[in-house]
Amino acid sequence: MSVSNPTDIAEVKERNRALIQEVLEVYPAKTAKRRAKHLNVHEEGKSDCGVKSNIKSIPGVMTIRGCAYAGSKGVVWGPIKDMIHISHGPVGCGQYSWAARRNYYIGTTGIDTFVTMQFTSDFQEKDIVFGGDKKLAKIMDEIEMLFPLNKGITVQSECPIGLIGDDIEAVSKAKSKEYDGKTIVPVRCEGFRGVSQSLGHHIANDAVRDWVFDKCEDKEPLFEPGPYDVAIIGDYNIGGDAWSSRILLEEMGLRVVAQWSGDGSIAELEATPKAKLNVLHCYRSMNYISRHMEEKYGIPWCEYNFFGPSKIEESLRKIAAYFDESIQEGAERVIAKYKPLMEAVIAKYKPRLEGKKVMLYVGGLRPRHVIGAYEDLGMDVVGTGYEFGHNDDYQRTAQHYVKDGTLIYDDVTGYEFEKFVEKIQPDLVGSGIKEKYVFQKMGVPFRQMHSWDYSGPYHGYDGFAIFARDMDMAINSPVWKMAPTPWKKDDGDYMAIAAE
Amino acid sequence: MSLRQIAFYGKGGIGKSTTSQNTLAALADLGQRILIVGCDPKADSTRLMLHAKAQDTILSLAAEAGSVEDLELEDVMKIGYKDIRCVESGGPEPGVGCAGRGVITSINFLEENGAYEDIDYVSYDVLGDVVCGGFAMPIRENKAQEIYIVMSGEMMAMYAANNISKGILKYANSGGVRLGGLVCNERQTDKELELAESLAAKLGTKLIHFVPRDNIVQHAELRRMTVIEYAPDSNQANEYRQLAEKVHNNSGNGIIPTPITMDELEDLLMEHGIMKAVDESQVGLSAAEA
Repeated sequence: MSVSNPTDIAEVKERNRALIQEVLEVYPAKTAKRRAKHLNVHEEGKSDCGVKSNIKSIPGVMTIRGCAYAGSKGVVWGPIKDMIHISHGPVGCGQYSWAARRNYYIGTTGIDTFVTMQFTSDFQEKDIVFGGDKKLAKIMDEIEMLFPLNKGITVQSECPIGLIGDDIEAVSKAKSKEYDGKTIVPVRCEGFRGVSQSLGHHIANDAVRDWVFDKCEDKEPLFEPGPYDVAIIGDYNIGGDAWSSRILLEEMGLRVVAQWSGDGSIAELEATPKAKLNVLHCYRSMNYISRHMEEKYGIPWCEYNFFGPSKIEESLRKIAAYFDESIQEGAERVIAKYKPLMEAVIAKYKPRLEGKKVMLYVGGLRPRHVIGAYEDLGMDVVGTGYEFGHNDDYQRTAQHYVKDGTLIYDDVTGYEFEKFVEKIQPDLVGSGIKEKYVFQKMGVPFRQMHSWDYSGPYHGYDGFAIFARDMDMAINSPVWKMAPTPWKKDDGDYMAIAAE
Repeated sequence: MSLRQIAFYGKGGIGKSTTSQNTLAALADLGQRILIVGCDPKADSTRLMLHAKAQDTILSLAAEAGSVEDLELEDVMKIGYKDIRCVESGGPEPGVGCAGRGVITSINFLEENGAYEDIDYVSYDVLGDVVCGGFAMPIRENKAQEIYIVMSGEMMAMYAANNISKGILKYANSGGVRLGGLVCNERQTDKELELAESLAAKLGTKLIHFVPRDNIVQHAELRRMTVIEYAPDSNQANEYRQLAEKVHNNSGNGIIPTPITMDELEDLLMEHGIMKAVDESQVGLSAAEA
C-alpha cells in the first residue's frame, strides 16, 4: 500500500532503527543521548525490550505522564466508592480529577457512594501560611454531618501539603478516634514525588497496608471465608470491566470477595486478607499490595489477562490451576460456553480488520495486555510503549507479548510519537485524549485506550465483542475517505467525493 | 532624595532587631521618615519603637478577615517613636504552615497598598538565616537595595554572614541588591574586631561599624525602648548614632559580595590564631581526650 510498509521483518527493523535515529537528530546532543535509551526495536528472544524506564522526563519535551496525586487519587483510591476522598490542597487538582476515570459503580451517589463527587479543601493563601490541619479537621466534621453513610475518608495530598509540612496523620488519627474508629487514611501522594503517577500507586498501596490492613487485624471478619474466595486486584471497572470479568470467575465456581478498586468498598479491602488467591490484572499499579499480602498473609497472587479470547482462555486455566478439579472443570465449561460467541465475533470482524496495523501508547498494563485482543482479530501491534512502566513491565512485554521488530518507546514525547505515526502509517492508534485529535487530524483512526473512548467494557468475553466493534468502527468509518491524506499522492477518491 | 530600601540580616539571636531599631531611631532623629517591615513570625521587629509587641500583624488580620485583599493599610500600620511607621508581617506559630510564603504575601500587600509613599527609608528586619525563598523575598525583585549583615566574632555568626552573602550574590545580577556592609555586634570573643574586618575584606565589603557591648542595651530593652530613646546621652546611643550616620552616608556604596568557602572561613580563623592549624588527629576529640 505504501513504501513505509515493508513486509520483510529485516526491512521493518531497519526502517524502525532509521526512524529512531531520525527523531533523535532534532534533539540537542544531551537530550538525544538520554532519549536514545528509551527507544528501541524489539529483538526476538531478548528477555526485555532493551529500553530504560521509570526515569524523570526531560524538561521541554511534551510528556504524557501524570503525577503521584493522579496515581493515588485518580487510580487507586478514587474508585473506592463508599469512602470520601478529599483532594487536600488548592482547588485545581481536585477540579481536574473530578468524576474520576469512568470507574462504574453501583450505589446512590451522594448517599452511600461518592465516586463522581469531588471533595476539596480548596486551600487559600492563609491555609498555606498558617497550615491547613484545622481546615482538614473541619472538613471531616462537615463530611460526617452531610454524608453520614460514608464508610471512611482518605486524604489525598496535593503538593503544598508536603511543602508546608502539615501533619495530616495526626488529624486523621484524632478524627478516627472521635468517630469510633472510622477508617481515615492520610495519603502522602504529593505530586512532586517521583517521576510519574507510578510512585502514587505505590504510596497508595502502602497506605492500604498501613491504614486499612494493620488497623483491621483485630476486627471480626464480616463474612465466613470459603475455599474458593478470590479477590480481583487492579481492575478499575472502566466502563464496567470488572463486572464482565467477575462473572467469568463466578461462573467457573469461584467467589469474588473483593474488587480492587473499581466498584470497590472499604469492606472489600478489609476482606481481602482472608481470600485464597489474589488475581492481579493491573500489575503496575497493584503488585505492591499483592506482594505484601503474599508475605504477610500467605496469599498467592496470579497475573491474568482478560483482553481477547486467547488470553482469557489462558488466564482462566491459569487461575483454575490454583484450585481443585471442580474449578478446573468450571474453567473449561466457561471457555466452551463462550466459544460460539467469540467465533461469531471473530467471524464478523476479522475479515474487516485482518492485517491492520496498530500503534499503542498507554499506561498501566495495556501496552502489552491488549496485544492479544488485537491479534485475535488478525491485527498487528507494530509499536507500543508505557507512560510509566518499569523494567519488569518491559520484561513481561518482551517475553510474552510483542513480535520481533516491534518499535518500543518508553515515556514517548509528543514529537516522537507524531513522527513515528507519520512514518509508520498504522491503521489505528490507541492512546489518550491528548493524543486523539492530533492523530485524527493526521487522518489516522484513533481509539482512546484509557477510557475506552466512552465505551466499554473491554475486559472478558462480553468486553471483547464491544472491543471488536469499536475497533472496526474507528478503522472502517467512511469519514476517512472524505479527508485528503497529505502523504498520499493520489487523492482522486477525495476529489470525486468533493465533486458530488 | 529617593527612597532608600535597606534590610538587616544575620544569624538568629545576633541582635538584628535591637541594632536595626536603634539605628533607625537615630536616623529618625536626623529627620528621616522611616517604615519598618518586620519579616519574622515572632513579630518583634518593631517592639522597641512601639513600646509593645505588635498584635495586629498583616497575616493574623488577613486570616481573620478571610484574605489579605480584605485589609486596609491603616489596619496594619502602627506609628511609633518619632513617627516611625511600623508593620509586622507575622506568621504561623512554630511548626505549622509556611512562614516564608507569609513574608511574600505581606510584602506584596504593602507594595500594592502604597505603604512606601512619602518615606525616605524602608527597612526590612528578616529572621535568622535565609532559610528559604520566602525569607529571601526582601533581597529579590528590587525590594531591598542595601543589605546590612549583623554579625559577631563567633564562628557561626560569620558562617551565617557568609551564607547570606551567597543569597545576595544569587540575586545581585537579576535584581540589583547590594551588600551594604557588615555590622559587628560585639560578643567579646578573641580578636573580634580584626576578624570582622578580615571577613569584610574577604567578602569584598567593609565593616561599617563595631558596636561595643554595653549592658545599657539590656536596660532599655526591658523597658521596650531603644537606647536612643531611653538614654540619649549615653555612650551606646552615641555608637548607634555613628552607625546611623555611616549607613546614611553609605548610599550607592553597596557591592556584590564575594562569598568564601567553609575551608576559607576556617583558614581565616587560623590566620588570626583563633584556631590552630587543623591537626587531623584532634578532630572529633573531646577536651578531656585531647
